[in-house]
Amino acid sequence: MLRTQEYFLNFGPQHPSTHGVFQIILTLDGERIVKGEPVCGYLHRGIEKLAEARTYTQVIPYTDRMDYLAAMLQNLGYVQAVEKLMGIEVPERAEYLRVISGELSRIASHLIGIGVNALDIGAFTGFLLCFREREKIMDLLEELTGSRMTLSYARIGGVADDAPEGWLDRLKKLMDEMPGYIEEYQGLITGNEIFQARTKFIGILSPETAINYSLSGPTLRGSGVNYDLRKARPYGVYDRFDFEVPLGENGDCFDRFLCRMLEMEQSVRIIQQAVEQIKEVDGPVIGKVPKVLKPPKGEVYHEIESSKGIIGYYVVSDGSNKPYRVHVRRPSFINLGYLDEMVRGYLLADVVAILSSIDIVLGEVDC
Amino acid sequence: MLENLFVGIAQWLRALLGGVGVPVEINEAIVMLVKLVAILVFILINALWLVYMERKVAAYMQARIGPNRVGPKGLLQTTADIGKLISKEIIIPKKADIAVFLISPVLIFVPTLMVFAVIPFGKNMAAIDMNIGVFYLLAIASLSTMIFWMGGWASNSKYSLIGAMRVVAQMVSYELPLVLGLLGVIMIVGSMNMSDIIAAQEHTWFIFTQPVAFLIYFAAAVAETNRCPFDLVEGESEIIAGPYTEYGGMAFAMYFLAEYANIMVICAMATIMFFGGWHAPFGLTFIPSWVWFFLKMYALIFIVMQLRWTYPRIRVDQLMGFSWKVLVPLALANIFITGIGMKIYQAMGW
Amino acid sequence: MAKEKIAPVDEIKQKFGYIEVDEAMTVTVPRDKLLEFMQALKDEFALDYLTNETAVDYPEENKFQVVYNINSIEKGYSLMVKTDVDRDNPELPSVFPIWGGANWQEREIYDLLGIAFTGHPNLKRILLDDQFEGHPLRKDFQWEGGRE
Repeated sequence: MLRTQEYFLNFGPQHPSTHGVFQIILTLDGERIVKGEPVCGYLHRGIEKLAEARTYTQVIPYTDRMDYLAAMLQNLGYVQAVEKLMGIEVPERAEYLRVISGELSRIASHLIGIGVNALDIGAFTGFLLCFREREKIMDLLEELTGSRMTLSYARIGGVADDAPEGWLDRLKKLMDEMPGYIEEYQGLITGNEIFQARTKFIGILSPETAINYSLSGPTLRGSGVNYDLRKARPYGVYDRFDFEVPLGENGDCFDRFLCRMLEMEQSVRIIQQAVEQIKEVDGPVIGKVPKVLKPPKGEVYHEIESSKGIIGYYVVSDGSNKPYRVHVRRPSFINLGYLDEMVRGYLLADVVAILSSIDIVLGEVDC
Repeated sequence: MLENLFVGIAQWLRALLGGVGVPVEINEAIVMLVKLVAILVFILINALWLVYMERKVAAYMQARIGPNRVGPKGLLQTTADIGKLISKEIIIPKKADIAVFLISPVLIFVPTLMVFAVIPFGKNMAAIDMNIGVFYLLAIASLSTMIFWMGGWASNSKYSLIGAMRVVAQMVSYELPLVLGLLGVIMIVGSMNMSDIIAAQEHTWFIFTQPVAFLIYFAAAVAETNRCPFDLVEGESEIIAGPYTEYGGMAFAMYFLAEYANIMVICAMATIMFFGGWHAPFGLTFIPSWVWFFLKMYALIFIVMQLRWTYPRIRVDQLMGFSWKVLVPLALANIFITGIGMKIYQAMGW
Repeated sequence: MAKEKIAPVDEIKQKFGYIEVDEAMTVTVPRDKLLEFMQALKDEFALDYLTNETAVDYPEENKFQVVYNINSIEKGYSLMVKTDVDRDNPELPSVFPIWGGANWQEREIYDLLGIAFTGHPNLKRILLDDQFEGHPLRKDFQWEGGRE
């Protein structure tokens, strides 16, 4: 008798578009998805456990290794949590340098996000053009921090070092050029008929579901939920900048993509303002911090807006020089939790589009 | 002199063989063999250089440099690549259908090579001047569907199988607009002989009288060769490499080179049908006819490459929709209007 | 640093007598009242966004402490809720029916600390291998190659 049969497809862990070692066990009916079970953990290194045997300062480099595309934002979340726990004041110049490097990291991360999104849909050129500008940002970050990706620039109480001479001018120059580049991507990727046909009305997330499933970052804002911690609960000196929170309308892949694109413009605005304001601020870049950090007994939860979403650090101190417990609320990890329901009923090619529109980094998912 | 370079060589060979007393039949057979071998070598070498060209075009579009280490300007890069691929082991997956798995990369070149036999590269430069050339070309070219399917099926991999399924669906769907698109030209000429079709374009290329047919043909032809934006057969971000997923070494390279040989076929075909073949434009006849043919063909190949590096990939349902809902009705309408136009011209006594 | 906005804890305290509030405005709720309390937080205090859920092992007190950080998108405030779980019988009702975001976070806690969430639809290991023995974030977990 003639009949059809569902079959399994191991999508990953070795697959070009799972952004690393991530697996989805797909149940397919022809090319249509019946069920998709995400399997993660291939990159689990036990950072939370490792942190328990390190001093507070030694934990900072481990945070780099989570979302290595926006390392500064990971550092920042951790050091701000510890500062909150100890009540350390951060000098103003350091706050501005944190904002600048953090927003640079965000632009670099979003460039990869949109580039990879284009790549997964099949536009290889868009991907490489994004890398072209990312390289310029990487050069700037290298000058500032000595490292391209794993920055470890933030320190408890400030930042590692002041900006080298002329760096702010070079930064300003790049930021002035950046809107032109973004225009170019808009023309090449966003405006492309096929790209829109592939991403519009695919993987639709309603605002209610997005909130219920604790999604964050552009994945949440693509659904039209105005929740950006930089605006909702400003940390650092973010309340001094004038910027907007781009929102999507339909909550589909295209909106999530567009949110990232527009967020880069806003980040450029923030950096431009910060470069202006930092000129008036002089002084040290690291506050008065004891040599051996021994926070008082207690606990703290602090969250900031990373490029992928809300990154939160829960730090428990038992009074010694090592944290008793460090837990990280990783945005990529939680954003993935709804993937199964998102891919159901779409085609195999849409799985790729949906996955890359969530913009995950496996280092962060698996921690 | 240059104009008749290849024709001259053939005549010289014929005379040489005749001079040493070879019978006429064997003489002709040898000349034919030499022609075919020449075409074969030409295609293989051309496919190699097209890979290089593709990489350079991609590099310039993406603000990169591209291959520039092996040989002058990296010209020997693909030669070195093939050397590497030949030396690699061909891994045969467990439970693969070994015979079919190994024979399909060999067979993949056969339809392409057979097609080239009828293509006139210049004045009097077709190896075989067949009076049903267009028909033969379309019929043989569509055979490759079978070979892709064989490779995908024999690999015993789900990605290969999905890829092979897509090949069949895509090729069958796009065969139709391809043929219907060409029909407009054939109606006007009233012949399927390629030399006749080219001769009919001495004054006006068919791109001007049949622009819609050209667009239909070109879109369908790009889909036939599995090139972006219709490259979902090997859509690497979805199904790794489609039917070639399990192939390695030279077996993979055969598929890879066949893709470029196929691009040459469709571009040569477009040149013949719409761009006047070896006719020189603007009366620039001092450049030999075969040079013109290749110039036009490479210009079209360049466009195909540009498409690939500009557009994303479309989805499988959109692909089918584009063929059946857009190209086929458009092609039918084109045939209809062409027919009416011809009748009007005839009534006017043209 | 800007002031943290914290949920109206006093109001919550008035309504639910069984909760304890410490000086950092952290609410501790008894285990058996957890679901009822959480549902009320979501329905009545607009705390609709479970941003973080984790747990800490305190072997000296023979307990796990499960920590929930809940935000309100509309009002912009947040609240930290804690509950204690007996270390010998690590079981807790899942908050997945209230906030879907607990889905993977509870799986992670189960994986790394071994707290079983009753009512969770798919309680399996998520980061570690299915055959892995033990729960690494427990303080008594023995491991090789660590620093101490």
